[in-house]
Amino acid sequence: MGEYVLEMNNITKVFPGVKALDNVSLKVKPGSVHALMGENGAGKSTLMKCLFGIYQEDGGEIILDGKQENILTSKQALDLGVSMIHQELHPIRFRPVMENIWLGRFPMKGIAVDKKTMIRKTKELFKEIDLDINPEVLAGTLSPSNLQLVEIAKAVSYNSKIIIMDEPTSSLTENETDHLFKIIRQLQDKGCAIIYISHKMEEILKIADEVTIMRDGQGVGTWPSSELTTDLIINRMVGRDMTNRFPPKNYTPGSEVVLKVSDVCSPLPKSFQHISFDLHRGEILGIGGLVGAQRTELVEALFGLRGIASGEVEKDGEHFKVKSVNDAKKHGLALLTEERRQSGVFGILSVLDNTIIASQKQYAQNGVLQNSKRLKAAKEANTQLNVKTPSMATLMQNLSGGNQQKVLIARWLLTNPDILILDEPTRGIDVGAKYEIYTIMLDLINQGKSIIMISSEMPELLGMSDRIMVMCEGKVSGVLDSKEADQVSIMRLAAKFVK
Amino acid sequence: MQGEKIIPRKTLATVYMTVGAILAVFGLLLKFAFFTKKMYDLPWLLFGIGLIVIGYGILQIFSIERLGNEIIFSKKTAKAFLANYAIILALMVLVVIIMFIEPRFMQGQVLLDIMTQSSTRLIIALGICFTLLIAGTDLSAGRMVGLAAVISTSMMQTATYANRFYPGLPQIPVFIPILIAVFVCLLFGVLNGFLVAQFDMHPFIATLAVQVIVYGACSLYFDLPPNNSQPIGGVRSDFVYLGQHLILNRFSILIPIAVIFTIVIWFVLNKTVFGKNVYAIGGNREAAVVSGVNVYATIMGIFILAAGLYGIGGVLEAARTAGATNNYGNGYELDAIAACVVGGVSLNGGIGKIGGIVSGVLIFTVIQYGLQFINVSPMWQQIIKGIIIAVAVAIDMSKYKRK
Repeated sequence: MGEYVLEMNNITKVFPGVKALDNVSLKVKPGSVHALMGENGAGKSTLMKCLFGIYQEDGGEIILDGKQENILTSKQALDLGVSMIHQELHPIRFRPVMENIWLGRFPMKGIAVDKKTMIRKTKELFKEIDLDINPEVLAGTLSPSNLQLVEIAKAVSYNSKIIIMDEPTSSLTENETDHLFKIIRQLQDKGCAIIYISHKMEEILKIADEVTIMRDGQGVGTWPSSELTTDLIINRMVGRDMTNRFPPKNYTPGSEVVLKVSDVCSPLPKSFQHISFDLHRGEILGIGGLVGAQRTELVEALFGLRGIASGEVEKDGEHFKVKSVNDAKKHGLALLTEERRQSGVFGILSVLDNTIIASQKQYAQNGVLQNSKRLKAAKEANTQLNVKTPSMATLMQNLSGGNQQKVLIARWLLTNPDILILDEPTRGIDVGAKYEIYTIMLDLINQGKSIIMISSEMPELLGMSDRIMVMCEGKVSGVLDSKEADQVSIMRLAAKFVK
Repeated sequence: MQGEKIIPRKTLATVYMTVGAILAVFGLLLKFAFFTKKMYDLPWLLFGIGLIVIGYGILQIFSIERLGNEIIFSKKTAKAFLANYAIILALMVLVVIIMFIEPRFMQGQVLLDIMTQSSTRLIIALGICFTLLIAGTDLSAGRMVGLAAVISTSMMQTATYANRFYPGLPQIPVFIPILIAVFVCLLFGVLNGFLVAQFDMHPFIATLAVQVIVYGACSLYFDLPPNNSQPIGGVRSDFVYLGQHLILNRFSILIPIAVIFTIVIWFVLNKTVFGKNVYAIGGNREAAVVSGVNVYATIMGIFILAAGLYGIGGVLEAARTAGATNNYGNGYELDAIAACVVGGVSLNGGIGKIGGIVSGVLIFTVIQYGLQFINVSPMWQQIIKGIIIAVAVAIDMSKYKRK
């Protein structure tokens, strides 16, 4: 065995339209806790998915225990001694905890599953890592933090050489986090290496031996954690130049308040609470924060997709209550959702249908669509936004990410909104298309519209917003003027309430 | 890309029109120059196919603006073409084989028979396709056909018939029982839609429940004294007219009826807000919600419209057979679903065209009719039918597989 249990050398991964990983290297020593850090979208999860056989790297090599491996499936990764605790848990809710753990490798007695052995083995496993959970209760009845611990137990049960933990403490309390750290120390003593992904600086500095920092799909470097401080990490995570990535702005936001949100609370206690902010006419209000800050939930509630328990929303000085998307549309709101694929694009429908779906009543008489009107409107909107498509009948799924996003913007422009809410408008699209979308945003501002933009990309927030509201754990942790803000001040606010 | 060739759509249209013209002229030549009795109506069939191909070519010219002017020929598009039309091609081969074995198959009357037999099935399939397009299904279709058949015939018996359902019923106009039958089906459609939209129930289970309820209700009605579950007969000739009348002594009236419904449903699906919403919900329900599509109303509309079509299908089925029992329509939903799926409707929702459904229905009738024609046993017919469903869907799925 060499010096490293795992070497990932020059890994490159390309998705349609974006280079998610660009020559990233990661070297992990046996028995160490190796932290992987970076902003949202820096490529941490993608790199780990390459290691765990969920994605196939397009270039580079993975060397496990000195042997080059070509990992094609997660099963193969597990067999090679790599296990992974995913950021989002997908338990089989209606099956017992133990079945969730031993799935795919049940202890057998002849052709039947050996339940007794399974219970015994689960109990032994739980005892080993000091967990007090009945193996036979349904997984769905466990609290999120217990589920997380079960997931960790499952990873331990593979007797892996390397365990990847992707944000393992996001749903854990402080005590549970300490418990997790104890487990990690135990595993370390057994010679198991941990790759630990987290946003929480203090945690990293406490548990990690080494820290690799990534930025924009590239590796920044690896340092022993003893040489690092919170500020050093933040600087290395965000440090990059920002010249010419944004079109020049030549407007001043108005002072008139178009949207006033006062003390709005979600019915869910863990979601957004006591949110207040103003949006001015002709202004881009950026919303920053880490994943899980409830930014998306907030704007979805404003758009009628989620409930609001209390608080008040005023548009143009008038009280307004949104019960459905159609209410929001009627009041001149438009929402470009975060998950373009999941809740934006109709992949199997034409560009035409995709463009007019939100405004089709305008082109209909008694429910019958007027084709020429529809085609004309869609063509105009798509030409205006410079959408590149062979024809209006082309299926949406054949367009690039950037063009899809432009079609979605066209869709909402046809509803003639005053306020556009853009949730991660440039996620997963290449630099050129990003620039075009920024230009479109500025055009809209010049037409007197107002924009709320959620973004997890610091440069985008700073480069495009007039003001930046930062959220953390469902609360507003501060509002900054973008002229005074910098990446460090935003990052501080974004982590303000994170323990 | 390698081996790629791009031609303008106009060229393709010209190719189509030329091929069509050749076929049509060849047909005429056969008829007037080389006709032998063994050809039956083959010349006319060739002539007809030629005209259709020419028409398709003309259509291509008119849709240049909509579909774009460039047509790409490559390995990839050839594969896609094969995947899209494999089942039609297989059907053509089958038809040619049957024609060789049994030249009598080349009669115009055969074509008319096939179209007649497809008519009611097509109307039912048109209803069910809406529920498939939103990634649902409707298992209550067949039983609704039976219900509509029983209700309509029960009020349409001749005054002299001994075993009347309503002994004292006067001679009422034909449209009244039809309206009643369809209306009752619509009510059950409301129930289907309500269960699915209100409780987010999977359509499979919601419509299974309604299927059982409809059958029970139909049987109760059928069992009412004095009928006591006897097959309903003695159906009035003005009602039977709807299913058996032959226009010009050749064309069944069912053919134009089915054509009208096909056009109407095509219109609803492609030209109305409702139709676009159906595709949107099937294509990506979440995106439809975000775009402000009224999902609740659309789902209600889908099941109500579908139930209306089953009702009409049931009335026509009763008229065609001049009778009804409570077991009418049993299993029709599965035939209709199979026809839709073979016609390219995706069970995952969002994909499906009226043209595909029509060909799906025709394919099944042609197979059944054709195999009967060459004396293949009904048992073998079942096996062949099953294989066709499996193969057609396997080919269809391969289109959407991600690499």
